Amino acid sequence: MRPNDVVVQTATKVLVFIILVFSVFMFFNGHHNPGGGFIGGLMTSSAVVLLMLAFDLDTVKRILPIDYKILIAVGLLIAVLTAVGSFLFGVPFLSHTFGYFTLPILGEVELATALLFDLGVYLVVVAVTLTIIQTIGEDR
Amino acid sequence: MIGVLVLIGALLSLISAIGVIRLPDVYTRLHASTKAATLGVMCILLALFLFFGLVDGYVSARILLAILFVFATAPVGGHLISRAAHNTGVSLWESSTQDDLRKKKTKKDLS
Repeated sequence: MRPNDVVVQTATKVLVFIILVFSVFMFFNGHHNPGGGFIGGLMTSSAVVLLMLAFDLDTVKRILPIDYKILIAVGLLIAVLTAVGSFLFGVPFLSHTFGYFTLPILGEVELATALLFDLGVYLVVVAVTLTIIQTIGEDR
Repeated sequence: MIGVLVLIGALLSLISAIGVIRLPDVYTRLHASTKAATLGVMCILLALFLFFGLVDGYVSARILLAILFVFATAPVGGHLISRAAHNTGVSLWESSTQDDLRKKKTKKDLS
């Protein structure tokens, strides 16, 4: 009998967007509140895992044609570059700074270079989790 | 009013827990747990939202999102568990008389 997955697929189509928005919120929230790159990344990968459960591993691979192993390298590169970038200003390795900027829509915001480091953490966490799950999930 | 909402939520959760113990088969237990627990959790979250909004003056969009999320996911989870139980052949309570899904499946297998 062909399985009928209409309920779970329709629910997933709506819920994935909520999870992704909340994960991005968690990622940007991490400087002053609970959150950060690690749980933001885990949440993003959980949204993708929900897509894999509701649809198919190959379908998800088609709509997200990303080689996650390259994404690990990109995340590590971002983290190392933000750490090395402090040499340009004559300060020790991994020194971070912040400043207040006025953006067009958001108004005055505090931007820290720790956010870039967190972006590297985020990408590595997403990529490692999805690599593990995709490797285990593929039947061969 | 906020206290009443918390009490209603706790009471509904207790009722659903009693229902899980007392009811005879998987499907009636899921009926008790998904519905009552969902409403109980939503009542408690709504009370939390009102408490932070009225007492502390802090409107938390996260709690509204959590209410929406629980409201959307818990019935889907109950549906999937009960369907998995039915597909693996978990039998209904012996006093139940109607099983339309089983009838539909056997008809499809015959044709």
